[in-house]
Amino acid sequence: MENKTVEEKERVVIRFAGDSGDGIQLSGNLFAAETALIGNDLVTLPDFPAEIRAPAGTLAGVSAFQIHFASREILTPGGRPNVLVAMNPAALKGNLAELMSGGIVIVNEDGFTKGNLGKAKYDSNPLEDDSLDSYQVFRVPMTSMTVRATEGIDGITSRDAARSKNFFALGLVSWMYSRPTDPTIGWIEKKFGDKTAIMEANLAAFRAGFNFGETAELLQVSYTVKAAPAEPGTYRAVNGTTAAATGLIAASVRSGLPLFLASYPITPASELLHELSRQRKFGVRTVQAEDEIAAANMALGASFGGHLGVTATSGPGMDLKAETVGLAVALELPLLVIDVQRAGPSTGMPTKTEQADLLSSLYGRHGESPLPVIAASTPADCFEVAVEAARIAITYRTPVIMLSDTFLANSSEPWKLPDVATLPEIDPAFATGGDGEGFQPYARDERGARPWALPGTPGLAHVIGGLEKEDVTGDISYEPDNHARMTELRAAKVAGIADEIDDLVPDDPDGADLLVLGWGSTYGAITGAARRIRRRGGNVACAHLRYLNPLPKNTGELVRSYKRVLIPENNSGQLWRLIRAEFLVDAERYNKVEGLPIFAEELDDVISEKLET
Amino acid sequence: MSESNGHQGNGAAPEVNGEGGATLTLTKKDFASDQETRWCPGCGDYAILATVQQFLPELGVPPEKIVFVAGIGCSGRFAYYMSTYGVHGIHGRAPALATGLAVARPDLSVWVVTGDGDSLSIGGNHLIHALRRNVPINILLFNNQIYGLTKGQYSPTSEEGKVTKSTPFGSQDHPFNPLALALGADASFVARTVDTDRDHETEVLRAAAAHHGSSFVEIYQNCNVFNDGAFDAVRAKGKEANQIRLVDGEPIRFGADGERGVVRAPNGRLELAEVAEVGEDALVVHDAGDPSHAYALARLADRPTGPTPVGVLRSSERPAYAEGIGEQLETAREGLGDDDLASLLRSGDTWTVE
Repeated sequence: MENKTVEEKERVVIRFAGDSGDGIQLSGNLFAAETALIGNDLVTLPDFPAEIRAPAGTLAGVSAFQIHFASREILTPGGRPNVLVAMNPAALKGNLAELMSGGIVIVNEDGFTKGNLGKAKYDSNPLEDDSLDSYQVFRVPMTSMTVRATEGIDGITSRDAARSKNFFALGLVSWMYSRPTDPTIGWIEKKFGDKTAIMEANLAAFRAGFNFGETAELLQVSYTVKAAPAEPGTYRAVNGTTAAATGLIAASVRSGLPLFLASYPITPASELLHELSRQRKFGVRTVQAEDEIAAANMALGASFGGHLGVTATSGPGMDLKAETVGLAVALELPLLVIDVQRAGPSTGMPTKTEQADLLSSLYGRHGESPLPVIAASTPADCFEVAVEAARIAITYRTPVIMLSDTFLANSSEPWKLPDVATLPEIDPAFATGGDGEGFQPYARDERGARPWALPGTPGLAHVIGGLEKEDVTGDISYEPDNHARMTELRAAKVAGIADEIDDLVPDDPDGADLLVLGWGSTYGAITGAARRIRRRGGNVACAHLRYLNPLPKNTGELVRSYKRVLIPENNSGQLWRLIRAEFLVDAERYNKVEGLPIFAEELDDVISEKLET
Repeated sequence: MSESNGHQGNGAAPEVNGEGGATLTLTKKDFASDQETRWCPGCGDYAILATVQQFLPELGVPPEKIVFVAGIGCSGRFAYYMSTYGVHGIHGRAPALATGLAVARPDLSVWVVTGDGDSLSIGGNHLIHALRRNVPINILLFNNQIYGLTKGQYSPTSEEGKVTKSTPFGSQDHPFNPLALALGADASFVARTVDTDRDHETEVLRAAAAHHGSSFVEIYQNCNVFNDGAFDAVRAKGKEANQIRLVDGEPIRFGADGERGVVRAPNGRLELAEVAEVGEDALVVHDAGDPSHAYALARLADRPTGPTPVGVLRSSERPAYAEGIGEQLETAREGLGDDDLASLLRSGDTWTVE
């Protein structure tokens, strides 16, 4: 305890890494909860291995969790970490390259056995050669200290005790960054309340780790990161999955429509099925369908019955659903399709992020079948975008594709909870019973939307289907003029959504020449990069699209008003192609398809280089 | 060039069953839409349509509470000819769309009309899963053992060696036995009938409609253009004696004078016998509650080329899909409002910035 120093930091990036069985994600999430309570701004990024449990100790089995927290507003999970917590040699090997030079490495020394070194393909022990010379290395025998700390707890063997070492690591890092211990202690007590021995072992390990930091001579410095300024309000940490699930329930409550989700399990969209399956108290019906096609059809069938029909999937599932989405275009029924994009093509890299389904969402169906496509830009934004996607689907009687991605789904950030009263009212405006004469299923309102007549309503019985329909009556029609007219009406309805959405407003405080235009999860990186450049006196504008179809009405005018436009994307240039094709603007691009998000630092370099040329 | 989709004004408006408990009087006309049917003249689908329209009034369910969901193929047009609500979906997916509708709206009577290509080929997966789930829908499979709408390719129920446009040297495919397939999927109600036999078909439809959960009805349907006579062995005039008509709890016998029957051979299999030779007591008694018995009956004739069981092979009770949950969820939704939503938003650890 003698004379330890405390340093204040503005921002820190920590990466926890270990075996996928080591409880790394749990430690990371609890550290995030402690950090949220301090009032730091934060963004997290889990990095799961593709295999569920690859052989212990191997490089393929490494699971990691990165958290970026700061005393100011931050927008990304940080690029390179300052601190790496490595539970075994594989975790060290797989993550060291990204650690900042001079960064802190905290290793579980007990994990560096000969066997584990071999599995990680180390020829010599990196703790004993010079390979870590450019870092501050703390060797902590976490496993053995955890075993010692839990001695005497009834029903805990040393093997059981070793499983609690993630709590030791969490305790140690919590001390190092002056985190409150209450959230973790409370969580352990609640989670393991009925398993006293495990609860006690985890608590003992957590406290031992914290106390080790406080007393061991090894560690002489701890750090604080002050609360970030934030707008008044109530906050919670949320990832994109939970935000989207909550948004769907909000849309259900605000529209009065029961929520119906049908999905087929697929990474990374399964979590949405799990979340909503728990929400029976909100009347949510979920079906785990036999396949992706069935899931889409079930959701559409539920919509025909007057529910808010939703199906959630990732890229491979989108391919399978395409024909059903086309049917929804023809039926002109609400259907919400959520695509949590992942790296493709084919099975690709299921646990890695990408935003490469934009063009397939816009155009990936046979025939002319336009539909609205909207994208979330941050984890918390998934809430608003889900509400908006539902509003459009219901109001315009159309399928809507909501684009999210692996990064948004798994990443979390503080969310200022909205006032429920400010959420849009959504009026399903069902057709009501007529006199039994003259119901026209394909008549249109001022938005171009057709009546939604629910089975059970007397006088409105009608048949709808995928065959081309006659304008107004909905009768089957092969008339050439009618097909041209219906194609035009369907397109005009979707295009007309632009009348109700806000213009694209650039963030451009100083009248820049270069506009950085983005969509989806690149928001944090683009905004973060722009801030870094402005702090250095550079001048850059940025704008972010939520609506990809239709685009905001002023999009063309806006992109033409800048000398240069740069479009960074986690794909090979899909929005870039779209903007060039639509507006004949010679936009430039920056693309990254590595299964990783774009980071602010790298984009800063890219933009800075553009500004110099 | 347009086919009308408006059903209104077709027949007298039904007297809806009101508070007073007055019975709903409906007629065939209440279920017939006003549009021209467009199957080939002589198609077995006409007979099925007429029988269904004739039968539905006895359910006492007003047309607006009934939904016909159809797939692609000649059978897909069925929905347009009914004056109920209907969805003509995409190829093979009708059972999935109907599942979503039935789960969302347990108050509706949902019927799926499909064909052998639609539900046994492209949509095979949805059929078996709807049946195993026991979704409360009635599935009518019009089996003509051919692709009609695409003009005559072999189907998954066509016989081996079938010569069609796509199999000029004879089909190499082994066909499905639709009843055995449905039983393999643990369907709780499995039956077979013949398009032109209105009385038998009505009886089977009645049992199907009364069944709790999924009902699966295979209807032998003659395609007089591309596969004429496929069911002549049981359907042609004078051949009805080849229909082994199953009656639950009764000994299984058939023939013009009931002179033939089904017995259990020493090896346990079911086989045909002359009643005079084996005696009445040797006849197997039909038990629609026993799945292995139903399976043995389904395999008694893999092809309708000789004596073939018709009627209800299996009818057994098990909970229908999502049964009871709908009510719970409806109750949960009562009074749900912004306050509940606000508390959902606040779930988990929150903090406040002043």
